[in-house]
Amino acid sequence: MRLLNLLKIAFKAIILNKTRTLLTMLGIIIGVASVIAMLAIGEGSKESIRTTISAMGSNMITIRPGSDVRGGVRQERSAMETLTLNDYYAIKEQANLLTYITPLVNGGGQVINGSNNWPSTIYGVNPTYLKIKITELQSGSMFTDAEVQSAAKVALIGQTVVDNVFPDGQDPVGQMIRFNNIPFKIIGILEEKGENTFGQDQDDVVIAPYTTVQKRILAIDHLESIIASAISEDDAPEAVTQVSEILRKQHKLTETEEDDFHVRSMEELISTFSSTSEMLTILLVAVASISLLIGGIGIMNIMYVSVKERTKEIGLRMAVGGKGSDILMQFLIEAILISITGGILGVLLGLSSTVFIEKFLNWPTSIALYSIIISFAVCAITGIFFGWYPAKKAAALDPITALRYE
Amino acid sequence: MSKEIIRIEDLTREFTMGAETVRALRGISFTIKEGEFVTIMGSSGSGKSTLLNILGCLDQPTAGVYEIDGVKMKDLSRNQLATIRNEKIGFIFQSYNLLARTSALENIELPLFYNSKVSSEERRDRALKAIEMVSLTDRMEHTPSELSGGQQQRVAIARSLVNNPVMILADEATGNLDTRTAYEIMTIFQELNKQGITIIFVTHEPDIAAFSNRTIVLRDGNIIQDYQNPKILSAAEELAKLPKQDD
Repeated sequence: MRLLNLLKIAFKAIILNKTRTLLTMLGIIIGVASVIAMLAIGEGSKESIRTTISAMGSNMITIRPGSDVRGGVRQERSAMETLTLNDYYAIKEQANLLTYITPLVNGGGQVINGSNNWPSTIYGVNPTYLKIKITELQSGSMFTDAEVQSAAKVALIGQTVVDNVFPDGQDPVGQMIRFNNIPFKIIGILEEKGENTFGQDQDDVVIAPYTTVQKRILAIDHLESIIASAISEDDAPEAVTQVSEILRKQHKLTETEEDDFHVRSMEELISTFSSTSEMLTILLVAVASISLLIGGIGIMNIMYVSVKERTKEIGLRMAVGGKGSDILMQFLIEAILISITGGILGVLLGLSSTVFIEKFLNWPTSIALYSIIISFAVCAITGIFFGWYPAKKAAALDPITALRYE
Repeated sequence: MSKEIIRIEDLTREFTMGAETVRALRGISFTIKEGEFVTIMGSSGSGKSTLLNILGCLDQPTAGVYEIDGVKMKDLSRNQLATIRNEKIGFIFQSYNLLARTSALENIELPLFYNSKVSSEERRDRALKAIEMVSLTDRMEHTPSELSGGQQQRVAIARSLVNNPVMILADEATGNLDTRTAYEIMTIFQELNKQGITIIFVTHEPDIAAFSNRTIVLRDGNIIQDYQNPKILSAAEELAKLPKQDD
C-alpha cells in the first residue's frame, strides 16, 4: 500500500515535470548511445583492420626441408628430399590448430600458347591453396580433389601470364596451353595481386594439381614444401611447435638430432597484427572511458540540480507527514524509472545510429555486447546514485530547513 | 472544562549564525485547550514563526518541554513526528506551498498519500469533502497557477483539513492577501473553529487577531501579553460590511 502510493507519487512527479525528466533522460540517452556507437565504430574499424592484415596471409605457416651437411658443405634446401607426402598426411591428420594445408612443388618453365610464350613458374598444390593464400578467382573455378587424385592436366593462371600468352584479349578459360610441352587446359584465372613486399610478381604463376606437377613436369615424388594456415594469427606460434613435434616423430629424430626441416610463421606480420590490435583496444577503452565519464558527469549534474531545486517540495512533503524514508523512496523510484527508461532509449538510439553509420556512411561497425551492458550499467548506476544521494541529504534535513531552502 | 491539547514550558530556541547565537525564543510557557482559536502576534523577529514551527513539529526546540496530548515531542523519533504532522496537525503557510502543475484536488490529497491506512477511494472522498468546505469544488481540476492567491490559500486550508487534524497551525496565512480575501479566509477559520478544531494563527495584523478568542503577543522571544479576547468579531459580518467590489 505504502509502496504503491510512493510509486504513484513518483510517477506523477515524472509526468508533471516532462521537460526536466526529458533533460535528465537526455543525459543518460546520449551517454549510453554515444558509448555504444563509439565502440561499434571502433570495433568495426578494428575488425576491418584485422581482416586487412589477415588477408596478407599473416596466419600462414611454411614447412620446408632443412639443409643437410655433406662433407662439411651445407646443401641447398631444394636438394633435400626429406619432405614427403606422408609428412603432409601426418600433419593433416594430427595438427588441430590448422585450418588448411597443402603440399607444394614448383618448377620453372615456358608457358606456350601458339606463337606466344612466357617464362613462368608452375606451382603444384591442392585446392585449399587459394584459401591459404587468400586468393580469389577472376573467372573459372579451382580444380577439385578428384582432379588432384587423377593428376588431371588442368591449370589456373595469373594475370601476368594471361597478358603475355593471350595478348589479343580472348578469354583463356577453356583454352589449352603447354607448360614445358605438357598440355594443360586452363580452368580459371587468378585475381590480380600485384607484387609482394619483395618485388616479386605474384601474378606470374601457373597453378596445377601437385600430383600432375610431380609426375609430369618434375618427375619427383618428394615435396618442396608444405604450406598451411593456422586457425588464427594468435595460434600460429603454437601451430609451429605442433607441426615441428609431428614432423620430428614422423622423421624418427632422436632428442639430440637437429631438425631436418624448418617450420616458419609470418612473424613480422603477426607482430604487426598483434600490436595493431592492442593499440586499437587501448584506443577503444580510452574512447569508451571518456564517453562514459562525460555521460556520467552530465547525468550527475542534471540529477543533482533537479533534486536540489526540489528541496522545498521535499520540505512540504515532510510538513504534511512524509517520512524521510518516504521521500527517499520517492526519489529512488523516480531515479530508477528515469535511468532505466533513459538507458533503454539510449541503447535503442545507439543501435540505430550504428546501423545508420554502417548503411549510409559505409563505415564498418560491430556492436559489442559488453559496450551495451557496461554503458547501460554505468549510466543507470550514476543516475540512480545521483538521484538518491541529494534526496537522502534533503530527507535528513529538518522539515523547516528544507521548506526554507531557496 | 475542555482538555489541554498543547503544553509548552520554558521553551527556548537558539540559532547559531556563524559565531553569533541568536536567541529566537527565550523560555516561554503556555497551554492551549482544545477548541481554542489563538492568534500569536508580534513584530517580525519576535519569534512567532519559530514558535509555530516548533508547535508544528517542523523544528525542534533547543530546550524546554513541548507536549501534545500529554506526549513529549522530544521523546519521539523523526518518523513518529512525521506521523504526528500527518495525523494531528494541519499546517498552512504564508506562501501557500502548493505543488506546481498539480491540480487543486491532487494537492489536497497529498497528506493522505503518506497515510497508508487510507485507501485510494477514501482519499478521493475526503479530498472532495475538504474542497467543498472551502467552496472550490468547481475549481478542483485547476492548477495553482490558474488560481488566485485567495483560492490557493483555500486549497492549502483544504489540504490541512483532509487528515481531520486536531489542530491547524497557520503562519501568516493572510499575509499575502487583500483585506476582503483575508476576511474570507478568516470566515473559513472561524467556521472550522466552531466545528471544534483548535487553531493557532500567527499574524502581525491586529484586525486579524480580533477574530480569535485569545491572543498571545511576543516580543524578542518573550511573551509580553496573553489575554482572552473580550469581543470576538465575526469575520463573516465584517466581510459584509466591506464596501462592495466593482466587478
